[in-house]
Amino acid sequence: MKIVVAIKQVPARDSQLSIASSGMWIEEADLSYEINEPDACALEAGLQLKEAHGGEVVALCAGPPRVAQTIREALAKGADRAIHIEREDHPALDPLATARLLAAALGSEAPDLVLTGLQSDDLGFGQTGAILAELLGLPHATIVMHVEKRDGGIRVKRELEDGWFQHVDMPLPALLAIQSGVYKPRYATLMGIKKARTKQVRRVAAADLEVAGPEGAPPASVTIERLYLPHRVKRAQLFAGNPQEAAAQLVEKLRFEARVI
Amino acid sequence: MSILAVMEQRGGVWNRMSFETLAAARRFARELDTTACAAVLGHSIGPLAGELAPQHLEKVYAVEHALLQDYTPDAYTIALRQLLELAKPSLVLFPHTYQVRDFLPKLAASLGKVAVTDAISHRVDCGKLVLARQLFQGKVAMDTRFAGPAPHFASLQAGAYPPDQLGPQGAPSHPAVAVENFAPRISPGEIRTRPLELFRESQQSVDLGAAEIIVSVGRGIQEAANIPLIRKLAEAPGAELGASRPICDAGWLPMERQVGSSGLTVAPKLYMAIGISGAIQHLVGMKASRTVVAINKDPDAPIFEVANYGIVGDLFQVVPALVEALQKSR
Repeated sequence: MKIVVAIKQVPARDSQLSIASSGMWIEEADLSYEINEPDACALEAGLQLKEAHGGEVVALCAGPPRVAQTIREALAKGADRAIHIEREDHPALDPLATARLLAAALGSEAPDLVLTGLQSDDLGFGQTGAILAELLGLPHATIVMHVEKRDGGIRVKRELEDGWFQHVDMPLPALLAIQSGVYKPRYATLMGIKKARTKQVRRVAAADLEVAGPEGAPPASVTIERLYLPHRVKRAQLFAGNPQEAAAQLVEKLRFEARVI
Repeated sequence: MSILAVMEQRGGVWNRMSFETLAAARRFARELDTTACAAVLGHSIGPLAGELAPQHLEKVYAVEHALLQDYTPDAYTIALRQLLELAKPSLVLFPHTYQVRDFLPKLAASLGKVAVTDAISHRVDCGKLVLARQLFQGKVAMDTRFAGPAPHFASLQAGAYPPDQLGPQGAPSHPAVAVENFAPRISPGEIRTRPLELFRESQQSVDLGAAEIIVSVGRGIQEAANIPLIRKLAEAPGAELGASRPICDAGWLPMERQVGSSGLTVAPKLYMAIGISGAIQHLVGMKASRTVVAINKDPDAPIFEVANYGIVGDLFQVVPALVEALQKSR
């Protein structure tokens, strides 16, 4: 099975964020970056499928030079090769534009399965996977907890709301957006890290990809007006002091003010 | 050029978030000086669509087809594209449910558009709609506008718009509208996925919804070996143990203890959030609790916005102190 896993690099989860002076993106100067956690789960799903059924895993990532680190990590964990779409513009506030790049970069790859994380930890649109399926003309399923290869296709387990699940059968090729949690990302081994250096990374400039029609790039249907830090209305009564003092005050309030214990 | 609310049902039962979308559609229509319509997709959907007739709408569409009996992204996309050609709405609103997350990006992309997903609020500026949504798990917000020709697409976060209290009779001053049946053309060959029966994982052994006190634990606990610390805290006031999503994903506590949009919605008299930063997905599941206590090392954690009482500090120091204080107060 030839499996492409689309991965994204995002600011590290605990980052302190501030808004750039343009008001259109966050200040990136002192940020550290990591693989988007849901994408790490998608990569793990891809690696497990390859281990069970053979084939190869191709990591696909769009971003500036810094994403090379995330690509190396994917290769170290076991991806066989990678495609790096080099783009300098800041991370696509438009998932359709990103999906168009990913689709174009796949070119003649013709994978059996395309995997993405369910959503990104930065923009959180949760759309790129389903859009990419539409652009590639593939059937898709999102919020996928498990993938099982069967004769003539796959059976996936989807999470629904309120504790319900559903199996869905579909033919290959297909696209799946993987839910975090079930496929636990592995750590790279020393051997894996060593091997990663020799693996192939195909670099392609975003500008060279044919996403534009004869009239140029399609216009965005959604525009960003501004980014801002949400107005925080902190209503909690906070208890200071050492842990013992704070705990005693809290218990006092819970007993005599809130009367809940 | 009205606003169309696409309602969600499964097996003839409404997803209650649909009525939040309906209320938002009516409100947007009022503020943008246009009308609101609603649509529901399914098989033998007429009676359910009929329930919308008195809901103060311009029109109700019953999108009816045997192939819409069980949800598939292909059938829903095909049916809605045809409905949009007929209804020609300027804006299509959806509840941000798991089902909508599955097909809305595909539907919008098939028309060369992007949906604004998981919107939390709006304003009208010079006759144009501005939608706000959150990024970075709620740490940053963004305002967006639609550009280019209609239709535009948006989904609304659970709880962002309270449903109107119209009741089953609707607004008495407004005459009920006729339900318009719409039969899209869908052929079985166009549907590439085959959905099977819905199922649940296991017998539920705990009813968190009935608990008076819930002590919930989040990422701050760091590892499974630390869970007993929280268990001890829960024992002191006789509480049930709850958790945020990452804890259940990691298998440290069973899924049936997960509070939040993908788990349970609870409203106990006391909810203690330990090491939970308060991502919106968690907040929607517990913010109706009578009293909320938060213990977190990050003073800027969103959980302090919904908490009544809080301690900013290291949970590994605060929780043992709290256990002691609770035992002393007995």
